[in-house]
Formats: sequence, structure tokens, C-alpha cells
Amino acid sequence: MTYKRNIDRLPIIPAGAKEHNVTCHYCIVGCGYKAYTWPLKKQGTTDSNWIGEDLSKQQGAETEAWYAPSMYNVVKQNGQDVHLVIKPDANCVVNSGLGSVRGARMAENRRSDITGTQAQRLTEPMVWRYGTWQPTSWDDALDLVARVTARVIDKDDENDLYVSMFDHGGSAGGYENTWGTGKLYFGSMKVKHCRIHNRPAYNSEVHSTRDMGVDELNYSYSDYQVADTIMLVGTNPMECQTNLFLNHMVKGMQNGAKVIVVDPRRTVTVDSCEQVAGTENVLHLAIATGSDLALFNTLFTYIADQGWVDADFIANSTFQGDVAVPEDAAHPASLGSFEAARAACRMSVADGAAITGLTEAQIIQAAEWIAKPKEDGSRRKTVTGYEKGIIWGNDNYRVIGALVNIGLATGNIGREGGGVCRLGGHQEGYFRPSDAHVGRPAPYIDQLIIAGGGKVHHIWANDHYKTTLNAAEFKRVYNRRTNMVKEAMDARAGATREELVDAIVSAINAGGIFSVNVDIIHSQIGQAAHVILPAVESGEMNLTSMNGERRLRLVEKYMDAPGSAQPDCIIAARLANHLERVLREEGRVEYADQFKGFDWQTEEDAFMDGYNSGNPEVTYERLRAAGNDGVQEPVKGYDNGALVGTPRLYEDGVFTRHGREDGKALFCMGSWRGLQAPGKTQQQANHRFLINNGRANLNWQNWFLDQKNDFVMDRFPVPFIQINPDDMADLGLKPGDMVEVYNDVGATQALVYPEPTARKNETFMIFGAPNGTQGNVINAGTNELILPNYKQTWANIRKISDATPAAARVSYKSWEVEL
Amino acid sequence: MKCNRLVDVGRRQFLRGGVLGAAGAAAATVMPAGQAQAQTARAMVDYPSTRLANVADLAVNEPMDIGYPDADSPGILLKLGTVVEGGAGPDADIVAYSVLCPHKGFYMSYHAADKTLNCPGHFSRFDCEKGGQQIWGHATQNLPQFTLRVDDKGDIYAEGADELIYGRLSNVLQG
Ligand code: SF4
Ligand code: FES
Repeated sequence: MTYKRNIDRLPIIPAGAKEHNVTCHYCIVGCGYKAYTWPLKKQGTTDSNWIGEDLSKQQGAETEAWYAPSMYNVVKQNGQDVHLVIKPDANCVVNSGLGSVRGARMAENRRSDITGTQAQRLTEPMVWRYGTWQPTSWDDALDLVARVTARVIDKDDENDLYVSMFDHGGSAGGYENTWGTGKLYFGSMKVKHCRIHNRPAYNSEVHSTRDMGVDELNYSYSDYQVADTIMLVGTNPMECQTNLFLNHMVKGMQNGAKVIVVDPRRTVTVDSCEQVAGTENVLHLAIATGSDLALFNTLFTYIADQGWVDADFIANSTFQGDVAVPEDAAHPASLGSFEAARAACRMSVADGAAITGLTEAQIIQAAEWIAKPKEDGSRRKTVTGYEKGIIWGNDNYRVIGALVNIGLATGNIGREGGGVCRLGGHQEGYFRPSDAHVGRPAPYIDQLIIAGGGKVHHIWANDHYKTTLNAAEFKRVYNRRTNMVKEAMDARAGATREELVDAIVSAINAGGIFSVNVDIIHSQIGQAAHVILPAVESGEMNLTSMNGERRLRLVEKYMDAPGSAQPDCIIAARLANHLERVLREEGRVEYADQFKGFDWQTEEDAFMDGYNSGNPEVTYERLRAAGNDGVQEPVKGYDNGALVGTPRLYEDGVFTRHGREDGKALFCMGSWRGLQAPGKTQQQANHRFLINNGRANLNWQNWFLDQKNDFVMDRFPVPFIQINPDDMADLGLKPGDMVEVYNDVGATQALVYPEPTARKNETFMIFGAPNGTQGNVINAGTNELILPNYKQTWANIRKISDATPAAARVSYKSWEVEL
Repeated sequence: MKCNRLVDVGRRQFLRGGVLGAAGAAAATVMPAGQAQAQTARAMVDYPSTRLANVADLAVNEPMDIGYPDADSPGILLKLGTVVEGGAGPDADIVAYSVLCPHKGFYMSYHAADKTLNCPGHFSRFDCEKGGQQIWGHATQNLPQFTLRVDDKGDIYAEGADELIYGRLSNVLQG
């Protein structure tokens, strides 16, 4: 039977329950929530409660006086068991009381001794001892990490230390924690061999827009509400940025906006737009996979040729001349003036139609909806959102550049109802010393590890096993290299610390790698670790992050950390303390001195040492007062008891993200060059199915908490792959059958979900699952700046088995609403 | 615009007024084992046994409006025409669900062609053949399904619910 909680009543929040500001720690939208906590033996009643409503009556739709069982739990606070309700905040401007299938499960996804939820959370440090992981103290674990690490690093020689560290906000990220790791690895050290949580190098996902002077988060969500046209490229916001769609884009459509969706797949977003705006106001451009650049260059050419451009804006705010930045190893296309880009990008409507598979009429219609001035001659306000469809797609640099070209040419950046922005995954929360020493292109860490690089590997909430490309080979090699060290450790059971470190170093020098894993759960890559350090998430610590419109909020700590788990910033600080101590012991005094400055006791100390040093107006106290609406960065001051922010960037027409003193934006001169990444054309030729891939509504990122959430796992016990029913018939597949997806680089498994709107030979598989890693079939090919190319992947499909009992139970009906 | 999209608030409040049954209880449900015996409270909510219809009143794939556990909680009673897990009646095909969307409580409509309940609020949908499983949507629970009992006369009784109904913190409203 379908999973049911069989909870038929919930404790009522009493009047006077403690109330905490919470920003949802899942997606980038950062919806406002309130966490209520109160003592276990107290409760409200139907007539005396937190909200002053008569709860003996049925409440109406959209009531504030109801919460779902998923919004409830019992957790520890200052050592006491307390009730916890985390429910959407009706007064937050971001979500106006809406929750989503992810965020509204925050409470249920907290660790609880009482209800047994998220028992998978790590509670104590563990070290590999006696052939498995043994719990130990922080001092013991960190001493081992520091001693082994100190053996492979030295002043100005840190290339054998590899670091995988998240750079995001929300979850367990945020300004405190990126500063903690940043100060350690980029301040005390200058670690070059590092990467970010979701990609195999330490790089930007959007280099070109930044090089053009345009920060990728430049608008305010409210711009969607006043736009004439909403253009969505390679993004599926109804599923992946749900309340941005529901609370802002829907309002824009209700105010008359037309919508253009560029996506090879008919997503739930397309259907929802049609429901809201009417099919006549939605243009779905189902392009051939990877042909985005041809589409944007064609649109740019056509719009410019029609004269539908903002000549004053181009003259005043963009570079005049020819080439400003020539193409080179760090720039996969030249950057320059509007006219130079027009020349470089020129593509006829006929050519554009041939490459994208669209009709010429569709392209012209899109151009009109984007740029054709209104009857009174005024500009069409067009706002553009993009995400992984192009970020992790063909020719990242040129594609994003081409999209920003259109925004610049039509004067739609820095203006109301405009903006060209990524929609994002996590929230942001990046504050670190300069990463310039890493270089550009940045080292391709995962391939270096496969090639034998690295001796010690510090991992901060990255799970390469689930979320890297070429994952099958990575896992094979990483298991082998870490096993060498495990075997060496096992062989020295009972040895002194000194002897053990010697044994580890010998194994490392023979090709092994020593793996230290900081995470909130025992992750898949954590299975290879030698030391595991338990971290906390937002709400278990105070944490600041900003959302997709740069809205900065403080999540107030509302519960205790599991066991002795610590905030990442504090773990980094203690690791620095231990490194300093060990180096001093070894007489490496000068190097030891580099690890000073980590005497933080709390996350607020880390915040003040980092973020506050660059933004002196911003303090915890002021953010607490700013509540769930927070303040939009950059913060310009503090006035009348409130932080003063910046709702929209570049309203003055001065572009700064590239660091050019003239403040002029640059256009991107990237012409179409087919499938750019190595191995893609060949893979396409040799395999039948496109394995398009991405996220879905229900599952947050790599399912790290969801893998232990019954509601989620009941719906999709293994990752789904959507296949056209005719293709299913060809392959002899029934709904729910388990298939193997295999190609030249690896194999993975999935559950067959019939999707009548899928084009023949074009499938879609969910990314990041624990039990069917989609990255296994992604080849190692990246763009010049080491941005992975997930979306252009081809493979064959064969049946492994009939549906398992768990898979046979679930619904295989269409996701499109029928009203 | 199709009519179902604009379900007005009036219909959401359908059958307002009558109260079919209630049970007094004050203790919380999700509590560690062994909680105290509070006054009249019992560990589980006591649901009313409410006669909804007779098997003979139902036509295949035509939902009948019901209110359960009381008139303020709208639902449907439905004979699917095919055996389903948990189906009641001689053909094991009768089911009943709350029609208040567990996301934000909008009143859902039945789509006979694929036997789903669909929400005009934010487009969630639930499968009436799979115990109310959310096919796709924003709700963090599957649809509350009402436990049914059919007696020898063919009378259908509702006797419980398996998820919290939107808009009430106790499925059986309490004073
Ligand atoms: S839309 Fe994103 S931020 Fe908002 S509740 Fe859902 S997951 Fe959280
Ligand atoms: S109320 Fe049903 S989807 Fe939101």
C-alpha cells in the first residue's frame, strides 16, 4: 500500500511557543518558514493556541492555522526534548506562506531520538580502526588528520593535499562555513587542488556572464511579476525552484506575461505555464539537445537586424570598439562590442531552424515576444532565467554568453521586469579569500585523482560517488586507492600513533590516498574514508545565506546538533588548531604561524571574522531583526534601525562583475561550433538513446536526507527514467521494470516511467540518486574551463528485471494535471 | 478556462453545518510510548462509523460526494470498476478519499479518464487506484483515504482515515 503516516492528530502549538526565523535550507528560493518549539509536556488547545483561532472548526484553504505531519517532530533543544513545528511563513515576501514538497518536510527530516527520524545522521567522529569505523573523540580524530596531513604539506608546497569543499549556502553551507574552510585552505594554505560540491574543479559555473560584467543573480524575484515576457532556458522552476514559480512567475502570467520555455523536454513547467497563461501565451521551443547556442545566436541576429535593440543602453553601458578580451585558454570566446558580437554570432533564421529543429516561425515568434517594442514604442520587459540545462550543457561559456547578449542588446538587465539570471540550486553563501592561485582553467580534480594525484583528500560535504561525472571510473580508482590505506592501517592495529602515521604515509607513497570526510551522514564516498567528522545543518546552528535574488537571511538555531556534531566552520577552526599544534611540535614554526587566527568558539565568531569584515553593517542582531524578509545584497548601509539593501543590480547602467574600471558590459563573440565537449559526437553516433537528466520536484539534490524519508522513497524506490511508450514497446518494457542504462563509460540502473510526451529515443533520468547514479554514464568530457556536460549523454537501455514489489506498487500516471 | 479551474470558495466549504460525530481527546498522537492516561483521552482518535451509501447507489467511475468524519470534511466515494489494493465491497474496488488537497487545502476535482484527483491550486495530482498516492505535486503526504466497511446489506460505512486531513489538527474535530 501507498505510504501513509496514520497520524490523525497533532499537538497544537501553544500560545507563547518560541518562534525562530528559518529560511528553507533546501533550494535557492529560500522560502521563509517559522520554527515553533515548546516543552514536551505542554500543548495548546483548540481555543487557546499560538494563532488565536478556534481550532475546533475546519479551517479553510491556505490557512495559517494548520500544519502537516511532515512539519512536526520532537527534537532536542538545550538538552531537553521539545516539540518542533516548522511551517511556511505567510508574511515572507519570497513565498507568502507557500511550502513545497521539499521544504515542508524540513521538520520531519530532522534527527529525532523520539520519533526515530534521520537516525542516519552522524553523531560522533569516527576513525578507521580494527577493520571498520570506530567512534572516537574530536581530539583523537583531528590529531590523526593533522598528523597525516602535515606529512604531505609544507610551506608553499601544498599540491598533494586535495580538497573537495562545498561553496553553497543553505543546507550546511552558508557564509560562516565557506569562510571556515576558505580561511583554512585559501588563507592559511594556498590549496590549488580543490573542487566544489557538484563539479570536478574549483571554477565558476557561469564564467562568461561574469566576464561580460553581469553577475548571474542580478534581478529581484518581483521582476517576474511585472515582466511582459518570461523566458526560461534549460530550467524547470515548477519542480526545482517551486515557489519562485508559484509565487512570482504565476503572478507575472496572471498579469499578462507571455512565456517562452527552451527545453528539449516538455516539463511540468511547460504544462503549468499553459494552465496559468493559456496555451496561446506559451511558446515551448523543444530544440534539439545541445543546440541552444544556435538558437540564441539566431535570435540575437534577428533582433538586431530588426532594430529591436536599446541603442541608448548599448551606447552608454556597453563597450565600444571591437574586441576587449581575446579568445584564449581562459576565455572560450572573445568578448567585445555589440557590433563585434553581431558579426561573430551571425546566424540566419533558416540556419538556426535547421540546427535547432524548430520552425522559422517559432524562432521569429520568440524574437517578437522577447524584443519587439510595444505599439507605443516602449521596450518589452523580458526577464530570463536559466539553469543546468545550459550550465551543464553543450558549450557552457558561449551559450550563457549568447543568452546574456540578448539581455544586454534589448536593455533588459538592471531594469524593472528584466534580468538575465541563473535560477540556482542551493542558496548562495560564499565568502572566502581569493581563489586566484587556483588558476583558470582550474585543475580537473577528479581526473587527477583517477590518474593517481593527491595523497590526502579532505572532503567537505561532497559525494563524488553520487554527483560526479565519469563516476564509475572514479569510484573504481578511489576505492582501490583508499583501500590501500585501510589495509595498511589494519596491518598496524595496536601500533602507536607515530607508527600508524608512518604506515599510512607508506601506503600513500605507494599510490594510496588518505580520505577525511566531513558530512552530516555517512555518505557513499564516506564509505572510503579513514576519518569521518560529523557536521551540522542550518537550524542546528545559526547560519546566513542569500537566495536567488541575493536576499540575505539568518536562520536561527532552533535545535541541538546531533551528538557532538559541529558546524563546519568550527570543525575547520579546530583542524587549523591541530595543524598549528602538530607543525609547532615538529618545529615547523613559521608554517605553524600561518594557522593562527582560528580561535572561534561559535559560528557567530566565524561570521564576524569573515563576512562582517567585508560587510561591517551586517551583524547577527541586525539580521535577526530583519526577519524572514532579510535584506538584498549588497548591503548599502544601516538606516532607521534597518539594513538597507539593493533590490536590483546595475540600475545605474554600470557593470562591474568583470572588474573593468570603465563599468561597460561586454558582449560575447561565441559562434556555433556543434557539440563542443570531447567524446560527445562519437557517443551520440554509437548509442540509441539520449539520456537527458536533471532534478525533479520530490528529491532534493543527491537525496542525502530523502534516502531515509519514507514518503519520498515510497514514491520512487529507485531513480526513474522517463521513456516514450513506443520505445518501451520496442524494448519489451513495462512500467516499473528495472533497466540498465549503459554506454562506453559505465552503467547505471533505473525504473521505467512511461512518458507519452517524451520524444522517441529521448529519455530523461533523475540525477544524484543513491541507488542508480546517473553520473556513471556521463563521460569525462568537459568544456575548456572544466564545466561538466551532463545533458548531452547517449546510451543504450536493456531490461534487468521486472518491477520489484516496491516499484510495482507505485503510480505510473502522467504528471500533467487534468482540470 | 475549464470550469474546474475556478472552483469557488463556496464549494470548498460544502456541506458546512452538520456535524456527524466527534470524540473528545486531548493527548498528542506522536509521543513516546507509555504516555499517561489523561482524563477522557484515548491514545487513538475515535472515528465515527458513518453510513455513506449503499453499493447499489454507486455507478462505476462516477464519484459520489461525501463528508467524513463530518460534513465539513469533503470527500468522494468511488467505485473504480477494477480491483485495487485496499478496495472495499464485493468487487474490492470501492474507495473513498478526502478531496481537500493536502498542500494548501484547495478542493480537488475527479478526472474520470485516468481516475485521478487534481488540484486547481498548484496542480498536484493523486492516484485513486494507488491509495491516493501523490503522482506529482507539492503536498508532503499522500491523500487521506477513508477506511471502508461494507455490511451484508451492501451498506458502506466509513470508519477511519490514514493521514491528517487538511485544515484540522485532529481528524475528528474536538471542542
Ligand atoms: S521552493 Fe525551495 S526554498 Fe521554497 S520551500 Fe521548496 S525547497 Fe524550500
Ligand atoms: S493546494 Fe493543491 S497543489 Fe496547492
